[in-house]
Amino acid sequence: MKLPKRFTGLLLNLAPIALALVFTTVILFVANAPPLEAYSNIWAGATENATKISSVLMAWVPLALCAAGLLVTFTAGLWNIGVEGQIAAGALLVTWVARTISLPSPVLIPLLLLSGMLGGALWGLLCGLLKTYGHVHEIFAGVGLNFVAAALTNFLIFGPWKPADGATMSGTDPFPQAAWLPRLGNLPLVPMALGAALLAIAVVYIAIKGTLWGLELKAIGKNIRSAFLMGIPTNRHLLVSFAVCGALAGLAGAVQAAGVRQRLIPGISAGYGFLALLVVLLSGQRPLLTVPIALFFALIGVGSPRLELRMQLDSSLGGILEAALVLFVLLGNGVRQRRSSLKR
Amino acid sequence: MDSQLFIRTLSSVLAQSAPLVFAGIGEAITEKAGVINLSLDGSILLSAMGGFAVAYVTGSATFGVIAAMIIGALVALIIAVASIELCQDQVAIGFVLSLLCTELSSFLGNPFVRKPGPSVPHLPIPVLSDIPVLGPLFFSHNLLIYASFALVFLAWFWMFRTQSGLRLQGIGERPEAAFARGINVNRMRYAYTILGGALVGAGGAAYSLSVKLGWSHRHTAGNGWIALAIVIFGGWHPVRVAFGAYLFGGLKSMGSILQRVVPSVPTQVFQTAPFALMLIALLLVTSEALDRVAAYLPPRIRRAVTHALRGSPPESLGTVFSRE
Repeated sequence: MKLPKRFTGLLLNLAPIALALVFTTVILFVANAPPLEAYSNIWAGATENATKISSVLMAWVPLALCAAGLLVTFTAGLWNIGVEGQIAAGALLVTWVARTISLPSPVLIPLLLLSGMLGGALWGLLCGLLKTYGHVHEIFAGVGLNFVAAALTNFLIFGPWKPADGATMSGTDPFPQAAWLPRLGNLPLVPMALGAALLAIAVVYIAIKGTLWGLELKAIGKNIRSAFLMGIPTNRHLLVSFAVCGALAGLAGAVQAAGVRQRLIPGISAGYGFLALLVVLLSGQRPLLTVPIALFFALIGVGSPRLELRMQLDSSLGGILEAALVLFVLLGNGVRQRRSSLKR
Repeated sequence: MDSQLFIRTLSSVLAQSAPLVFAGIGEAITEKAGVINLSLDGSILLSAMGGFAVAYVTGSATFGVIAAMIIGALVALIIAVASIELCQDQVAIGFVLSLLCTELSSFLGNPFVRKPGPSVPHLPIPVLSDIPVLGPLFFSHNLLIYASFALVFLAWFWMFRTQSGLRLQGIGERPEAAFARGINVNRMRYAYTILGGALVGAGGAAYSLSVKLGWSHRHTAGNGWIALAIVIFGGWHPVRVAFGAYLFGGLKSMGSILQRVVPSVPTQVFQTAPFALMLIALLLVTSEALDRVAAYLPPRIRRAVTHALRGSPPESLGTVFSRE
């Protein structure tokens, strides 16, 4: 049987998604759990009421911000695994500012957001310095600094910043109210954070597609040696792209600390940095595609904990579905490239 | 510290480092062939979990180790297919697999958390274990630990003293030349990626069945990255990789002794120390600072120092080979 060409093309596009679902379903069978009930629990856990939907949107914010940052470092050909640490570093500086400086809300909040960006940018820059001047591969620099940032967070929560009634895993005392990002009514939704994330993606989109800087970054990503020989200041560009990504991740940290938790908690980065990497890989580095993909990931992230409450399953199922999806899409890309190269 | 205690500590360092020796040498073999398996952090977790689960269900640690090696080999097989057959970015595939395996280990390992289970039995070698100093150091462990000692020697001998070891270096350094000599580069790459993955799996089993008994969520998280860094630190040389693993284990146990002696230092310092150490070690072997310091040394010593500390990655690491 000969299928029309367009049909096989569509099939190849959809096959990875189907395979990821099949894979996750098999895993559920192995764990002796009814798959349909698990999927419907994830869906219900993310959409059953306005609070949940708000949580999904607030989970989308850090994913979108970090994905925007990662688009920059990916364009420069960098494997920036250190986003987790950059989120935490942003949240740390925000916590310090919120605890030490008391100002009226309209002045304090921009200051908090800026300090989050500064904290993340500095942490990203550290990774960049290790890469450009220390010749340590950015994967190891990033992973190492992630662990350092996590330990620093724990040290501060269980040491200098511990609440008066003793340190616990629930974190520091809540910030003073002036440092809380304004919410929409009673919902856990911070409109300015949504705006910031959309803006970040738009700015990154324009910067990469429409500016000389973006073009030079792309040249570095394709071939750093020839970019250098063409007179592009490669080290400066690499450092700037690390700092930009760090700033956006730090902004995500600021939103987490001052908007979602209103305090500093251990593990404030919550895996968003790694998930954002998956988002960008899945989007094939297309900025506009990251918006819906990040939303899908946010949905799964908010819905999965219900598996633990209702079905005594581990919530990591959501992560399995996400990672399997990316794996099969990457493999699918390979199959498609192979087919087209065989045809030629 | 009296000498008895010192020997016992050293002996436990040798045992505790076994997982990193397995994983590090496995990864070194894979990378020597020109393939990067970046999934180590996840595949060690998944094989540690799978190894423990199988041992728990069957009651046999042997089956556990075999299962763990199969899991490690299967993960490596995915990387081999994706990179050799489908020409995908090895780093991307490895990273995604690392996350996937981590989540899988959490989800599937849930029923086995903190269950007491079998372990590889302690097996002092008669006569040899009675030798003073050397006996307790090398001959009073379990079979898995002995295997890690043997692996260091075997990997070195195979890599540098046999024909097929030379071929391994050939397909990593100059795949075109190896191909011209009639070696099936891609088939060899499959074989060594899978072999390396099986050793990584053995490393996972060495955690859950020997060094850090049992299973809990994210049981060994972080160690895969350490193993990957040790391969670079060890310059892709089995003996130096093993030395890196033992050095690392030694510093770690020094840290835990220090923690008991000076309790005022916050625990987080010791938790992060391995990763800070990893960064410093990589800086030491990769940055130009080493060359600048070495320039002051007399030429003879300079050569020895750079030879001992430096190692360059296989030329074709991470690239695809296709005959055209």
